[in-house]
Amino acid sequence: MAKYETFEYDVLVIGAGGAGLRAVIGAREKGASVGVVTKSLLGKAHTVMAEGGAAAALGNMEREDNWKVHFRDTMRGGKFLNNWRTVEIFAKEAPERILELERYGAVFDRTSNGLISQRAFGGHAYRRLAHVGDRTGLELIRTLQDHAVRLGMEVHMETTMTRLLTDGDRVIGAVGYRRTDGSIVVFRGKAVVLASGGWGRMYRFTSNSWESTGDGLVMAYEAGAELMDVEFMQFHPTGMIWPPGMRGVLVTEGVRGEGGILRNSNGERFMFNHVPDFYRAETAETPEEAARWVDDKKNNRRPPELLPRDVVARAIYKEVKEGRGSEHGGVYLDVSHKGEAYIKKKLPSMYDQFLHLGDIDITRQPMEVYPTVHYAMGGLRADPDSCETSLRGLFACGEVACGLHGANRLGGNSLTDLLVFGRRAGEAAAEFATREGHPPTPEVQIEEEMEVLMRPLSGGDGENPYDIQTALQEAMQEGAMIARTEESLRNALDTILALQRRAAEIRVPGDPAFNPGWNAARDTLFMLTSSELIVRAALERKESRGSHWRLDYPSEDEFWAKHNIVVRKDADDISIQARPVPEVPAELKAILEEGS
Amino acid sequence: MAKTITLRVYRGDGESGRTQDFTVETFPGMVVLDAIHVIQKEHDPSLACRWNCKAAKCGSCSAEVNGMPGLLCKTRVDALPTDKPITVYPLKTFPVVKDLVCDVSWNFEAAKQIQGLTLADEGSKEPLRMQQIDVDRVQEFRKCIECFLCQTVCHILRDNDRKDLFFGPRQMIRLASLEMHPLDVADRAEFIKDTAGVGVCNITKCCTEVCPEHIKITDNGIIPLKERVADTYFDPVQKLLRWVGGRK
Repeated sequence: MAKYETFEYDVLVIGAGGAGLRAVIGAREKGASVGVVTKSLLGKAHTVMAEGGAAAALGNMEREDNWKVHFRDTMRGGKFLNNWRTVEIFAKEAPERILELERYGAVFDRTSNGLISQRAFGGHAYRRLAHVGDRTGLELIRTLQDHAVRLGMEVHMETTMTRLLTDGDRVIGAVGYRRTDGSIVVFRGKAVVLASGGWGRMYRFTSNSWESTGDGLVMAYEAGAELMDVEFMQFHPTGMIWPPGMRGVLVTEGVRGEGGILRNSNGERFMFNHVPDFYRAETAETPEEAARWVDDKKNNRRPPELLPRDVVARAIYKEVKEGRGSEHGGVYLDVSHKGEAYIKKKLPSMYDQFLHLGDIDITRQPMEVYPTVHYAMGGLRADPDSCETSLRGLFACGEVACGLHGANRLGGNSLTDLLVFGRRAGEAAAEFATREGHPPTPEVQIEEEMEVLMRPLSGGDGENPYDIQTALQEAMQEGAMIARTEESLRNALDTILALQRRAAEIRVPGDPAFNPGWNAARDTLFMLTSSELIVRAALERKESRGSHWRLDYPSEDEFWAKHNIVVRKDADDISIQARPVPEVPAELKAILEEGS
Repeated sequence: MAKTITLRVYRGDGESGRTQDFTVETFPGMVVLDAIHVIQKEHDPSLACRWNCKAAKCGSCSAEVNGMPGLLCKTRVDALPTDKPITVYPLKTFPVVKDLVCDVSWNFEAAKQIQGLTLADEGSKEPLRMQQIDVDRVQEFRKCIECFLCQTVCHILRDNDRKDLFFGPRQMIRLASLEMHPLDVADRAEFIKDTAGVGVCNITKCCTEVCPEHIKITDNGIIPLKERVADTYFDPVQKLLRWVGGRK
């Protein structure tokens, strides 16, 4: 029999970012025993990267703000492909989750009367983002980490799960390896919460870390779960493009919020040429008005640089494509006109980032930027109330789940998403665990996975996992990034299928103890499958909507306006299905119509 | 023509090790973490190194470059002398797991013992009221990314290996962030003195020097904690009051 260590919990949580840790708290408060598994050290998850803030209609800045406006903004941002019930729960519970975080120990920036200060962000009608300077994500994860430790959980750091264990249509645990010594570990959970985050490493320009390889998405897919909206990847319009080592690293929206201007190689402020009719009435008409907006938001309209992320990203793409790009293939983002003192005070971390890592003094010189992969809107279909997926006993929350953001996510909604649905998933999982026991361990599944894991160490010559990753990133960048066509997607798919065949022959040197090459071998398989799912769904959606831009189908389509794409493993084939978007009930429809 | 550099990297575990030289081509703006990634891709994929965000926000890639503890993602290659190999070693203060990765679990164990934020109205759902000026200092401490560079340079932990005596600068900052929270009502003085061992620190300020978040660890955190302990335990007036009041 195979050798491995086994751990048993009422609730197993996979992922220790914001969603996973909030799920731990939820499950602990219901009295469940909880084990949490994380690929990194505790507190290093991608949540720390979030800068802007956490959106919640607290109404601390404008009393008029309430859950209904937040609901409307989120549905509009998502181009109405969102699940209305998910958004309703989210908007209603967001304020309570933020206030509770404060009682766990988070210290948000304050208003003059001592309440949580909130900042403006794209797509939100009111100032709504609770924040701590430009490190809100760190505040959130550290707070949840400390509180979860206080409530008691067993943490398995630097442990990677590679396969969900199933008993019929129920998920009962997971198997994987410890990074430190390479040993195999099996976790049995009466209920399992998947909070494994997003995926973006399959693109060349990405703000995602090594962790975002799509393991969670693909593990769930392989186990038979239904996935939805995977064609929608969010591209942040301004990633660093130079120097090479910094490629993809985010330049916060705050730079544009503080008056940063986008220019092409002709020195032209091109965003004025890319204002869609839909946004014309709320966008500044002249550079003068745009400049005044920074200090007087009441009497002036927003600069075109602050149009929604998908609009700005496309404009940058077009400028570069049409030959007006910067030296290194991006465009210029210039904030130097605001002066040294202002920039150092308002954008200290950006000033530092560019000066020390890019040799660029942003108080004097423009930055070079290009869109970078940022966030995955799609993921596991989950019940809005309980977060239970299409598989019994498997609950999903955070970026790996879907339904909240639809076709495009509003900045600030993801941090709150972690809190609202992390809690619900944890509580529902704990309740599920009171009704169910531990079925016997499925030895065959464990042995199969160990065979997949160990193959790259079997010796001899073979493919290098990093070469395959690089080829994949090239193909996804070219074929399935911001601008897509039938042809570009087909080309990407052909490459992916060819790489999948090569990936079977991956070989790496060394032994399993902290061996990044060996870890990369398994990650590569996840990256290939998740890429295939993205591309197949993108081929299916023959329209342009939200972050999904088809050059060959440039307009929105009536059929696709009312359908999500659901992907599921069917025997050994991929089943792709258009499923009607749930009808919004009359009382919520009224809210949507109120503001339009 | 492309320039090359040589990195002399520690290879091994806690028991035995050696260094291995790798030559890599540089590119503009290259940081040491980039060079490590080139080694993994082109020379030896089994070279172990922790990293996550590559943007100095997560604090995973701490190591010692040419003897100086720092974040690999923030250490520019072109800022280092090129006439000899660049040495890259794991943090000295913690046991090595493999190559550049060390076992930092002690820090998490110490953190577990610290009592978290404690409010007078525990259980209430009312919004907290605090002025910005009153939370500025706490927010400075909460910038900590847990890179443990302060822990690795602290001579009590590094040279004397007295993790049994002192929790180290990182946990002092955590304690300070709680003690200075305007609404916290817990009394951690005894814990800070006896368990966390604040008295052992003799203020060499090495921790402040290496902090990538520029937290004034000693001046703003540790010294006020020392003062708090001194007020509680060594101030004769306080002592008398406690004696009269019958408290410990």
